[in-house]
Amino acid sequence: MDQFLQILINGIQLGSVYVLIALGYTMVYGVLRLINFAHSDVFMVGSFVGFYACGWLKVSAQKTVFAGLVQLLPILFIAMAACVLLGLVIERFAYRPLRRAPRLTALITAIGVSLFIEGAAQLPFVFGVNPKFYPEILPSGPASTIQAGGITISKHQLVMVIVSAILVAVLWYIVQRTKMGKAMRAVSHDFDAAGLMGIPTDNVIAFTFSIGAALAAAGGVLFGGLTFKSLLPLMGVQMGLKAFVAAVVGGIGSIPGAMLGGLLMGISESFIKGAPHIKLGVIDFDPSRWTDAAAFLILILVLLIRPAGLLGKNTPEKV
Amino acid sequence: MTKPINYVIALAILGVLATLSVILPVYMDDLVYRVLMLSGIAVIMAVSLNLINGFTGQFSIGHAGFQAVGAYAGAALTVYGHNDLFGHLPKNGQIGTGWMSLAVGAGPMLASMLAGGLVAAVIGYIVGLPSLRLRGDYLAIVTLGFGEIIRVIVENNDSVGGPRGFSGNLDLGVSVPAITNFFWVFGVAIVVILFARNLRFSISGLQYLAVREDEVAAQAVGIDTTRTKVNAFVIGSFFAGVGGALFAHYEQTILISSFNFVRSFDFVTIVVLGGLGSVTGSIISALVLTALPEILRYSLGAQFNQYRLVSYALLLIVMMLVRPQGIFGRGELSFAKLRNKFKKPATQ
Repeated sequence: MDQFLQILINGIQLGSVYVLIALGYTMVYGVLRLINFAHSDVFMVGSFVGFYACGWLKVSAQKTVFAGLVQLLPILFIAMAACVLLGLVIERFAYRPLRRAPRLTALITAIGVSLFIEGAAQLPFVFGVNPKFYPEILPSGPASTIQAGGITISKHQLVMVIVSAILVAVLWYIVQRTKMGKAMRAVSHDFDAAGLMGIPTDNVIAFTFSIGAALAAAGGVLFGGLTFKSLLPLMGVQMGLKAFVAAVVGGIGSIPGAMLGGLLMGISESFIKGAPHIKLGVIDFDPSRWTDAAAFLILILVLLIRPAGLLGKNTPEKV
Repeated sequence: MTKPINYVIALAILGVLATLSVILPVYMDDLVYRVLMLSGIAVIMAVSLNLINGFTGQFSIGHAGFQAVGAYAGAALTVYGHNDLFGHLPKNGQIGTGWMSLAVGAGPMLASMLAGGLVAAVIGYIVGLPSLRLRGDYLAIVTLGFGEIIRVIVENNDSVGGPRGFSGNLDLGVSVPAITNFFWVFGVAIVVILFARNLRFSISGLQYLAVREDEVAAQAVGIDTTRTKVNAFVIGSFFAGVGGALFAHYEQTILISSFNFVRSFDFVTIVVLGGLGSVTGSIISALVLTALPEILRYSLGAQFNQYRLVSYALLLIVMMLVRPQGIFGRGELSFAKLRNKFKKPATQ
């Protein structure tokens, strides 16, 4: 039971990053009907900007979690601001000229933008190909863990999940309670009609891109800074793919769907990683080595059974 | 009824290919020969991807994944089938050059291409069926994910070398034989090109084009759109698998990392730049985009390589913004058309 809860908690931690990225995919798909391939690279850029921000702000090891949080917030802010800028530039120069173009054209452009960012990030004078590691922002070690029964929760995990939850709550407020959010929902419902009603669709789309980019950047900083994974220019590809799968599983275009899908994806990945190694005679099966493949098997299964995703609405195609 | 002259032409082409296949490796510079072979394989990959992305208007971005399937399946057949089927090949796989090597390598090459193509086609069917029922952009994601699944499967499979790459089996003492030669690469390239060209004028080819132009209208005139799309996808995957088998027996050591998504995007770039739906466009852009990096690397030094991804991506974006239909659009470059162009002013 303890082990079960432990795996569940690890899964929620990972899932919270997927949720942050998946929201960007799903919102852009909602307003533009476009898979924004470059989104995964915005996540990567956010993570790197956060890493450099740690250097500029002279991050040092802290004794208390509160002091660590004080360090974390400006880093988050810098990374989010940089990625909002990046998102706006991508939208303005690559996607806006193609607003009326066939969807395939926009999709190819999105892939081009994604490849461009990946290629540029690998150049030695940009990020380079050597892995980078965040310094310690929050205190780590046994002092920063909470023991509850047999479960260990590190404060990193708590901070990660809580920060993500706050960001998602802010997003929910923007979408449901503000005028801009209402405009976003209108554009997502019917692009042309929204324009006819006097909604500045271009601004709304730019706004959607910037929110998505900000969430991805936050995900990048939390992922890099609190899980101590290495930063690589291609790190966004895997994460982005899985987050996109999460968005599709939840129902692309649906914000609650992205949250559900992201958490499901994180938890299932965590359970596959934690599953016992099966060894029966000749059968030697180690599930943890198959985690990367599992996400796509889930995707194919969901597409077979419920093409619109778990919370998505199946809209018939109109001529 | 095929005219007898066509048989003569076909035989002549085979003869020329076989002769070149014997002569070229001996007299041509090794590097140039290598670029030539890789361009030939790129042509096969590009034209087969064009069947899916250009003719049918779907969007697969995992073509290298199918190439990987073909490469591993084909190489596994020649390595593990060596003792039972291809005992006449030397175990170290070096069959040398010359007329004899053509005859010795023919059987195993055909078998491995067929195996690679069929396995890739079956997997293409499994992957394509669920995703092609849905809107086009799901296929993009599923094919991208498929590449990842293939990577994980190969890395977890020690019989094909796992992450270390596959060059043969130590226990059996058998290496992947070097049976790919000019004859097979360009022979298959010609077959794929003729197949694509003839397809445009056949019933199923016209169905592909109808699905691309307007899926709803195609459905309305009684075309089974899902079946058409799956058909195109399976055929494209088959040829990708054949290309993979050729690649594997040329390189003799295959690494799963050489079939990653960057490679898939290379093929997409080739097809998009040449023009979605234009066979000649794909051929020319495959030749140019495969040879160009090698030439640039040769003339500018190795540091050019790091700019390759950026420059290809930029090329792709600019192309989409300026000329989304590609260099050739859907048109074909043909000698007959060129002749007519020159003739016209004279007749007027």
